[in-house]
Amino acid sequence: MTDTVQRDDAPAQAGAAPTTMPLGKAINAGLREAMRRDPRVLLMGEDIGTLGGVFRVTEGLQAEFGEQRVIDTPLAESGIVGTAIGLAMGGFRPVVEIQFDGFIYPGFDQITSQLAKLTNRHEGALRMPVVIRVPYGGHIGAVEHHQESPEAYFAHTAGLRVVSPSTPHDAYWMIQEAIASDDPVMFFEPKSRYWPKGEVDLSQPGVPLHASRVVRTGTEVTLLGHGAMVSVLLQAAEIAAAEGVSVEVVDLRSLSPVDYGPILASVRKTGRLVVAQEAPGFVSVGSEIAATVAEKAFYTLEAPVLRVSGFDTPFPPAKLETQYLPDADRVLEAVDRALAY
Amino acid sequence: MSSPEQTGPSAPVQLVTPTGELAQHEAADELRPFVDALTDEQLRAFHRDMVLTRRFDEEGAALARQGQLALWVPSHGQEAAQVGVAHAMRPQDHAFPSYREHAVVMARGVDPVDVLRLLRGHTHGGWVPAEHQNVHVYTLVIGSQTLHATGLAMGLTLDGKSGTGDVTTDEAVVSFFGDGATSQGDVSEALVFAASFQAPELFFLQNNHWAISVPVQRQSRTPLVDRAIGFGVPGTQVDGNDVLASYAVSRRDLDAARSGGGPRFVEALTYRIGAHTSSDDPTKYRTDDELQGWIARDPITRFEAHLRSRGEGDAFFTDLRAEADDLGADVRRRTLALQDPEPGLIFDHVYSEPHPLMTEQKQWLARYEAGFGDPADAPEGGRR
Repeated sequence: MTDTVQRDDAPAQAGAAPTTMPLGKAINAGLREAMRRDPRVLLMGEDIGTLGGVFRVTEGLQAEFGEQRVIDTPLAESGIVGTAIGLAMGGFRPVVEIQFDGFIYPGFDQITSQLAKLTNRHEGALRMPVVIRVPYGGHIGAVEHHQESPEAYFAHTAGLRVVSPSTPHDAYWMIQEAIASDDPVMFFEPKSRYWPKGEVDLSQPGVPLHASRVVRTGTEVTLLGHGAMVSVLLQAAEIAAAEGVSVEVVDLRSLSPVDYGPILASVRKTGRLVVAQEAPGFVSVGSEIAATVAEKAFYTLEAPVLRVSGFDTPFPPAKLETQYLPDADRVLEAVDRALAY
Repeated sequence: MSSPEQTGPSAPVQLVTPTGELAQHEAADELRPFVDALTDEQLRAFHRDMVLTRRFDEEGAALARQGQLALWVPSHGQEAAQVGVAHAMRPQDHAFPSYREHAVVMARGVDPVDVLRLLRGHTHGGWVPAEHQNVHVYTLVIGSQTLHATGLAMGLTLDGKSGTGDVTTDEAVVSFFGDGATSQGDVSEALVFAASFQAPELFFLQNNHWAISVPVQRQSRTPLVDRAIGFGVPGTQVDGNDVLASYAVSRRDLDAARSGGGPRFVEALTYRIGAHTSSDDPTKYRTDDELQGWIARDPITRFEAHLRSRGEGDAFFTDLRAEADDLGADVRRRTLALQDPEPGLIFDHVYSEPHPLMTEQKQWLARYEAGFGDPADAPEGGRR
């Protein structure tokens, strides 16, 4: 796991007061830390160098670390992931940026049949410390292929680890922990949360990379989600509280593996679970968690586990995204059903 | 058409004619120093590796027919192309085979039984590349390995392990693929990346004329070697059944690549005499005339004639035949003696670091299996 030793010239010393920054900047800061700490870490992707990425997440890194460590690649996702694999075979720790969620599929074979399976194919003799950063999700009013949530494909694939931060603090630490992992990590960045600021404690990460975490305590219903959905769940909890309903919110953080401890503990307390995600619900991470919670907490459930998700359709044209994406009202509708059961 | 002479823009490089004489032409003169530098011992090693691979191929096919392998992938006919490039590689070089490169992996020290462990269902890999002269394990998805080769080669440049000007230490990478793979996007992307980053890599294409049942004409309307220059990569077409041509061109190109000259591309024109795999029936899609034409160009017969023309006596060939038969018997004996892997192999290496699902499911399977008791106590003598 991550080496959390602070460098002498790090921007903040242990014990320093938390600083405030947006999630995109937090990933930038996390990447910079990882690159300063380990010269084998390098970044690859489309437009990540001079431009700093279309979301500017890698801004300034090529200037600091040079073209050999921040590599503007040809425009070919399979090529990017496939060569990252070869670089990892040579002892590098590549961090790949996929420009948008819906552009990941040309790299699907290299991710699922190669990257995910190479350690297993070599029976442990080869490690694949590759991170694939994927800006994902809706709420930005963009064109087709730019607002999708494809995380279930990768959570379904053995050999990959899949995580998604919801806050700047987690983003800062989780990207460093993902880079420190000797397994391939799919790092889903909630792109609609790139800009809002939040506190980042540069001195300590808090919970480990694959931990889920209670982010608001409550007693009557548990809400579970990841990435941008967490802020929607907190908003729903706030509204519910105003209406006298006590809601607990759990940030999933890791989609594979899932840390069921805090989830089950919460469900055993509240007796009700609503799982929410932007991704379509059919054969999704939320569905998997609903099934597992039903198996493991059956006798404590007061209501069926309910899912709130994107519809089982292609992501619609942006003018319809507010109807497609679960918002606080859709979450609260499920909360009402759970309470009324 | 399937004759090498008719496939390229100019005649493919040939250094030894099908009847075993040294070819006389301009390209041969340029490459002659690479051949002249070879000792008699090295020439015998070329022949030995081809004959041993042919014998291994026969044993693999026999084991598959007898139900001892899940699959066999014949290399018969492609030995010269493979042995030539394998000997052109320097010890520090890296090889990314597809799945038919038995001569390459054996020439670089991989135990042939490790290849059979893959094809018998004991492993998805078979060996540790770092412990086997950087020979990577077989890749079954067509063309995927070419990108891994390119990435590794890019890393050699970043690490200063290539391009210093010392060919005895500068490293280079060979990626192997076939005519079918040239239609895969990954191969094109590998060429793009290798050219853009001037990676020290040799793209070694064995055009054996058939991608299972589909002829090379369905993959390309232009000689495949011509594609290379479109990526900015110099390419050379060689007679892939001429081990010296494969050696000399690969040696020249690998040293150019390792010296900072960027990637190179070789198209070795050869032929898959056998089936695609033990599951294939080539009589359904190709003619006997075509097959016989290529059998007449057999790479081993050709090189034996060449060695004899240089004065090699019967004893070498007789001894080699015996060595090959010993190899076949040894491979068979050790393959049949392989123990099944432990069930733990299902879970143990999916991740490098601990993973709760792997732990839970491994424990579950162990408990489940234990629930049946000792298989020896079961009435029918086996477990359910």
